[in-house]
Amino acid sequence: MSTAIAIAYLVAAVLFILGLKQLSSPKGARNGNFTAAVGMVIALLATLPLLHFTTAGVVIILIGVVIGTAVGAVGARMVKMTAIPQMVALFNGVGGGAAALVAVAELLTFGVHPSFSEAFPSVFSIVIGSISFAGSMIAFAKLQELMTGTPITYPGQQIVNGLLAAAIIGFAIAVLAVASVPFSFLALMLLALVLGVAFVLPIGGADMPVVISLLNAFTGLAVAASGFTLNNFALIVAGTLVGASGSLLTKLMSDAMGRSLTNVLFGAFGQIQASATAAGGVSGRSVRAGNAEDLATLLAYSQRVIIVPGYGLAVAQAQHAARELAELLEKRGVEVTYAIHPVAGRMPGHMNVLLAEANVPYEQLKEMDDVNDEFKNADVALIVGANDVVNPSARNSPGSPIYGMPILNADQAKNIIFMKRSMRPGFAGIDNELMYGPNTVMFFGDAKDSLTKLVNAVKAA
Amino acid sequence: MTNNLLNELTFFVLAVFVGIEVISKVPTILHTPLMSGTNAIHGIILVGAIVIAAGANSPVTIILGLVAVTLATTNVIGGFVVTDRMLEMFKGRQQAKPSQTIPSKTT
Repeated sequence: MSTAIAIAYLVAAVLFILGLKQLSSPKGARNGNFTAAVGMVIALLATLPLLHFTTAGVVIILIGVVIGTAVGAVGARMVKMTAIPQMVALFNGVGGGAAALVAVAELLTFGVHPSFSEAFPSVFSIVIGSISFAGSMIAFAKLQELMTGTPITYPGQQIVNGLLAAAIIGFAIAVLAVASVPFSFLALMLLALVLGVAFVLPIGGADMPVVISLLNAFTGLAVAASGFTLNNFALIVAGTLVGASGSLLTKLMSDAMGRSLTNVLFGAFGQIQASATAAGGVSGRSVRAGNAEDLATLLAYSQRVIIVPGYGLAVAQAQHAARELAELLEKRGVEVTYAIHPVAGRMPGHMNVLLAEANVPYEQLKEMDDVNDEFKNADVALIVGANDVVNPSARNSPGSPIYGMPILNADQAKNIIFMKRSMRPGFAGIDNELMYGPNTVMFFGDAKDSLTKLVNAVKAA
Repeated sequence: MTNNLLNELTFFVLAVFVGIEVISKVPTILHTPLMSGTNAIHGIILVGAIVIAAGANSPVTIILGLVAVTLATTNVIGGFVVTDRMLEMFKGRQQAKPSQTIPSKTT
């Protein structure tokens, strides 16, 4: 490696680190992304002079870059804000797939008996990259609702997954010890793909952001391993940075949900599902449904209203209607705040982003810990398309799959207006007893339509 | 163990610590953009994909190279663009404050 290339890689590594640093503070986040992108361009340009291209090589690189750019740019531009988590899963998956393929190609060049220090990282990259690819595709399918978001479980699932993992480790040892027959990599790759699918199937849709973050860290490690195979400094450093920061981020995300990572990954919502429905037994009870005029009167003559936004608000793009209602109420002297649960919506920060887009003043957004004591003084908790984050069974019923998750104390408000499309359970797939509470009025319909109705009714009130 | 491998191991271990340290104070609202940003960074595998594709000379390596370059480019471009779109939304908040004062001057 020539000195110039080594220095270019060093600059790229520094830019990645600075980019990550900026990305983790709200002020510089957007610049951070740009900084990292500049690092990427430098690393790529520095690599080219090093290579001896065959004609076929030039052609496939050009074709690949054109297709990849088109797919990546169009996909990332066209995707709706609500669908961004699954897009991240998809982009992560293809990265993992690429890492695995790079390792396969490199291993093929090593001949029959590669040295352990070359073969080990290749095998690692193939396995981890393939798991990341397959797992990300399942996460994508779950979030995109191409398949059910509820956990898919069967008896003995953990044992089967354990056996799969053991088979992969055994096979990997065999590959390392015996030979590099192409067939053996293929088998290893297939096993890892199956494990990737099997690993994500039992995890519920609500936990997908944590899983995507974990798989993101996996891809980082696979990339770093490929770097060891290719003796490429840029891959090692960038891949390791992602592997390490991604692992920490995964832990932070599960902490924000009040659960341990093991519980998210292996707790299988489904295993306790049965006891939850049995213990809950709330289905079949009746709810009160209200009309816009009555609810508008209630809101207009309140002193304190706390709005609890959730995924329903995001789906209906109702953030502007919510702000309009809040402004109207404020003109009448009502004090309005928004209670933001850390995992409301389908990605942390989802609600902040949407409400910021609608120009909701930053001071009105309150984090869970700051607002939870205020619910008991609130006249109305207006729940807009949120569900699991206000489900009291997280506090009250130990059999519930979400037991232990910190929730917003919306149930302590004097009145609760629960805006929802239907009685369908939330993302965690469980019933919400708050809907049946004596102070709760349901207001059915699309969040945007319902809010607009309320806005008009408040104007008339 | 060769010198080269030792160097690589050193980079690896140091990068682990830097990676953990550098994001340790991230606020909850930035979890998803940060995940997406790191996702774009591991698109650096495109460097590896180009390295193996450059010397492709057999049907197997040509196919492997083509697919790897395509996937890795999708990772890089999609990753950075989608992160930028997420963070674009945060800009709205910073502009919200000046925009509240401007109308009061004009009206």
